[in-house]
Amino acid sequence: MAEIRNYTMNFGPQHPAAHGVLRLVLELDGEVIERADPHIGLLHRATEKLAESKPFTQSVPYMDRLDYVSMMCNEHAYVMAIEKLLGVTPPIRAQYIRVMFDEITRILNHLMWLGAHALDVGAMSMFLYAFREREDLMDCYEAVSGARLHAAYYRPGGVYRDLPNEMSQYQASKWHNEKDLKRMNENRQGSLLDFIEDFTRRFPACVDDYETLLTDNRIWKQRTVGIGVVSPERALQLGFSGPMLRGSGIEWDLRKKQPYEVYAEMDFDIPVGVEGDSYDRYLVRMEELRQSNRIIKQCVDWLRQNPGAVMLDDHKITPPKREAMKADMESLIHHFKLFTEGYCVPEGEVYSAIEHPKGEFGIYLISDGANKPYRLKIRAPGFAHLAAIEEMVKGHMLADVVAVIGTQDIVFGEIDR
Amino acid sequence: MTNQYQTLLDAVQVRFSDKAHSLHLYLNELTLEVAAKDLLTVATVLRDEFNFEQLIDLCGVDYLEYGQADWDTKRGNTGFSRGVSKAINQATENRHQERFAVVYHLLSISNNQRIRLRIYVPDNPPCLDSVIDVWNAANWFEREAFDLFGILFNGHPDLRRLLTDYGFVGHPFRKDFPLIGEVEMRYDPNKGRVVYEPVSIEPRILVPRVIRRDQHSKMTQGEQKHG
Repeated sequence: MAEIRNYTMNFGPQHPAAHGVLRLVLELDGEVIERADPHIGLLHRATEKLAESKPFTQSVPYMDRLDYVSMMCNEHAYVMAIEKLLGVTPPIRAQYIRVMFDEITRILNHLMWLGAHALDVGAMSMFLYAFREREDLMDCYEAVSGARLHAAYYRPGGVYRDLPNEMSQYQASKWHNEKDLKRMNENRQGSLLDFIEDFTRRFPACVDDYETLLTDNRIWKQRTVGIGVVSPERALQLGFSGPMLRGSGIEWDLRKKQPYEVYAEMDFDIPVGVEGDSYDRYLVRMEELRQSNRIIKQCVDWLRQNPGAVMLDDHKITPPKREAMKADMESLIHHFKLFTEGYCVPEGEVYSAIEHPKGEFGIYLISDGANKPYRLKIRAPGFAHLAAIEEMVKGHMLADVVAVIGTQDIVFGEIDR
Repeated sequence: MTNQYQTLLDAVQVRFSDKAHSLHLYLNELTLEVAAKDLLTVATVLRDEFNFEQLIDLCGVDYLEYGQADWDTKRGNTGFSRGVSKAINQATENRHQERFAVVYHLLSISNNQRIRLRIYVPDNPPCLDSVIDVWNAANWFEREAFDLFGILFNGHPDLRRLLTDYGFVGHPFRKDFPLIGEVEMRYDPNKGRVVYEPVSIEPRILVPRVIRRDQHSKMTQGEQKHG
């Protein structure tokens, strides 16, 4: 009798469902996964080593490039670590802006996940719907920072600038006539806050639309229910966090349990799954979309009523106003010192963690008192999740690998760092 | 918060009175240091008795150049040497007993507490017990620490490189590994394949590393008086 051997195949690194550059070596028995060995590091840029060679502030843009679909959340953990070591607290308005943009980022991230995950298992239209709303939110990014993706908006000591009073508008072109233009610019007449408020009014109906397409969809349920089941005990052992942990039924959210910035003031709920399968994690993330929307609304209301500073006035760590620099000697010196040498952060070590859309994103920062970090370690949630992929796909069919990668919400910028 | 961590500190102190080399609370973060030989015992006790169910992070640290400003080190360019002044060059004392350390960040979901565990890694090559049986999450974290720092983990079932390229030589996150790397890669049209060569660029430091002790606190106080 002929010897029967398992079939080994490469999944990726250029597979569209690999969400980036994942090379997954799969050992198959027929169509059933026997072993899965992820080869990562194809996007390794040594962010942590690079940060050691730059003054603290200059590494903020590197953080955007870690998890490149939730940019501001990465920055948040990093600036929080520096602020903790410096012993400064950003102004309250900056904290509200940060919370608001963290939640905008969460929606951005979850929409990306939803579109990509649904596309992977065959629901093409979701991708297009998700990107429609992402467009509006990226316009918010652009309004405050000038960049749609890599914002570098959070700085140690606050945020780069206050929210703008007007939104950019669409210009006339040969593709848009007068009537289209009027419709497209309708919600862009007021300030950024007006635009965001308009979004929060529209968004719940959008989530309803997504749910109509997926939640009771027979094919969607066939592809996700009972796939990649993780028990709460295993989820803890494997270092899961965020929706991956909550999907397994553990109520744990840093925004509630170890509140940072002004999350303690916010009114929101934590959705928790029951079965720990892909479908439950889907439901958890869908509810998080609604909860984030609630938080944004509360922030908008507060920000409307409370103008104020968004950056600390301590020019040893934050740059002075551009106008002041032109006439004031002190300001010029401060500016020069800040951008040539930076500031020295007191000796010590700190771990600052935030509830990133994907889970617990932490920055472990060691300073020896210099103007550059001595060691920076980025704790990326996706790293622990991807490490568990073998356990999650073992015994499933080949097609389910794609569903599990989708449910893990993997982005290689943060895993490879 | 402070009280909670003070209580934890006291409890840990009592439990590990014979093992703890150092235990301190800074910025509401508890750091415990024990000897490498006690690692597995301490880790198991922390998980089972103190309910630290989750290993959040594990990372290597290289303390080779701790507290040194750029003009003390061998690498770098000469462009900023004229800026050297004894007054600003205050090196921090390197109190670390070994070159390498492994730092574990633990999280207790049931008690809502965190603790940091630091183990200085003895021997050359640095070698430590694997905690993979205590926390399964350690698998990739230990592979990463091995890859980037060359720290070996006894009892790890599959200690392969994780992040660097296939066939990579060296451990890139060690402080004596240059930022620009050792080799560069290009396509050789004559050989018809990719070749590796020693790097042709020179290391360049744009902003020198400076240590100014308690500059921030002093200056801020001064400024407040003026303002």
